[in-house]
Amino acid sequence: MSQQQLEKIEKEMFEIVGGRHEETEKLAKKSVSFWKEVIIRFAHNKLAIFGLIALMAILLMAIFAPIFSQYTYSEQLGLYNKAPSAANWFGTDDLGRDVFVRVWEGARISLFIGITAAIIDLVIGVVWGSISGLAGERVDNIMMRIADVLTAVPYLLVVIVLSVVLGNGALGDGLLPMIIALSVTGWINMARIVRGEVLSIKNQEYVLAARTLGANTKHLIIKHLIPNALGAILVTMTLTIPMAIFTEAFLSYLGLGVSAPLASWGTMASEGNNAITNAPWRLIFPALMISLTIFAFNAVGDGLRDALDPKLRK
Amino acid sequence: MAKKLLEIKNLTQYFGSSKEPVKAVDGISFDIYEGETLGLVGESGCGKSTTGRSIIRLYDITDGEIIFNGKDVHSSKSANEMKQFNRQMQMIFQDPYASLNPRMKAGEIISEAFDIHGLYKNKKERLEKVESLLEAVGLNKEHANRYAHEFSGGQRQRIGIARALSLNPSFIIADEPISALDVSIQAQVVNLLKQLQKELNLTYLFIAHDLSMVKYISDRIAVMYRGKIVEIGLADDIYHSPVHPYTKSLLSAIPLPDPISESKRTRIPYVHEELDESASLYEVADMHFVYGTAASVKKWQNT
Repeated sequence: MSQQQLEKIEKEMFEIVGGRHEETEKLAKKSVSFWKEVIIRFAHNKLAIFGLIALMAILLMAIFAPIFSQYTYSEQLGLYNKAPSAANWFGTDDLGRDVFVRVWEGARISLFIGITAAIIDLVIGVVWGSISGLAGERVDNIMMRIADVLTAVPYLLVVIVLSVVLGNGALGDGLLPMIIALSVTGWINMARIVRGEVLSIKNQEYVLAARTLGANTKHLIIKHLIPNALGAILVTMTLTIPMAIFTEAFLSYLGLGVSAPLASWGTMASEGNNAITNAPWRLIFPALMISLTIFAFNAVGDGLRDALDPKLRK
Repeated sequence: MAKKLLEIKNLTQYFGSSKEPVKAVDGISFDIYEGETLGLVGESGCGKSTTGRSIIRLYDITDGEIIFNGKDVHSSKSANEMKQFNRQMQMIFQDPYASLNPRMKAGEIISEAFDIHGLYKNKKERLEKVESLLEAVGLNKEHANRYAHEFSGGQRQRIGIARALSLNPSFIIADEPISALDVSIQAQVVNLLKQLQKELNLTYLFIAHDLSMVKYISDRIAVMYRGKIVEIGLADDIYHSPVHPYTKSLLSAIPLPDPISESKRTRIPYVHEELDESASLYEVADMHFVYGTAASVKKWQNT
């Protein structure tokens, strides 16, 4: 093309037929919030979904099975150590009580202890950890050394001693001494995790930016610290519940749990242990429930942790 | 001559134990005039960012005085006075990935200051302000509803700039705002900063380690080394007639997109000499100061 021809070409001869920047921006996919994305990633994890469904089923059964069953957990049917049948799905025990109802009654106790202990851990741990992370170096040091001293004492020893002492005291032998014993050292893990999160978040540039905008501590905690630490707290909590359930079952197995005729999974397994040769169902069903529950909680906890980790984002 | 907006006198910032402090900033003094851009350059760890953060009161200074608009920045202030100060001075941060809260939408990030200061309570007004800020930094209105991870590095830095502008400040500290961006985006962001400066009559303290970019945006340049300002002067003077050997060394390290001159370029290594107590800033030319002793400055001028 010659120079002359080139000069004849003017700007007006061209028009943009597509690819306008503004329009492509408008067409872009709908924005997904962080939590929606977490749910989507969680839903892709088959094991975690299985765990979630199992937990829902256990929870629903714990609530409704004792209500709709024709037996109660303490009712003696006069049928001793009967194998599972159409009338008694999980069989009966040595006093002629229906194991099926007792398993779900036990589920109520185990889940109640697990969840209550986890909530107490959550509250103490979050408060302790965030004060430790936010306050100065000296306060942090003192608070964390106290936690260190508490962890230095063997966990089971503390729990056993406390539940024996409290159980014989004014609190009576029931759920309360057990929950207190579980919570005395249980919160330390949560406190450590929260402290770590707070320490790392408070030096993030977006927190510095909020401070230069004039944000006070309350604003920083509500808008920045809590939303960003929530993931780690949630994961820790889903892993604390099975730990508490397991410890409760273990202590009950040792004979420190709730008293008769109430029974948690641990006491049932303990009693069933004596009849393992002639009535194995009395051990198998509570043991199965303990395993399933702990497995399900761990699966959900792991799934949550993976779903919350932005490094695994596709 | 323009009015002094910011006066820094003997600013000192030590970290760690009082016995063996880390001397991040070791007694620096300089002024920033209204409407200008002062470039602050130096290698990693020389105290540039600390200087910026001390000025905006993110750190409590060890010693010295920072006077902004005639008022001492670090004097004790009521919450209200502090907010007044926050409205005048803002900061743009280095890392566009760490400086935006991943749980917030761009619109929320930009309007965060409005919540803190109780501005634009009317929803419609607030939306309009957010949209005008987004447009001012070259983003679309539609971007307000997106989360930080949906933006590119350059776009994120624009959101950071919009946040800094949200309170209509007169002075902005830009703490290496372009060092985490790739070169083509660097130019866009620097041009945006220049354009905003013209439109809004802003004053910048531009912290960077890239001398060529600093030269492009700055009116004056201060060179920092080991917590001290070793040379400060007009950008052209620093660039064409550097005096301090550290400045010369820095300038000799700038690559040029020209293979012929590149093949002839030799780097001048910098050997640090300890100076005695008498060292201070000497004026070697109009508005051009060099840190050293009388003898050493004379020697450097003649080489």
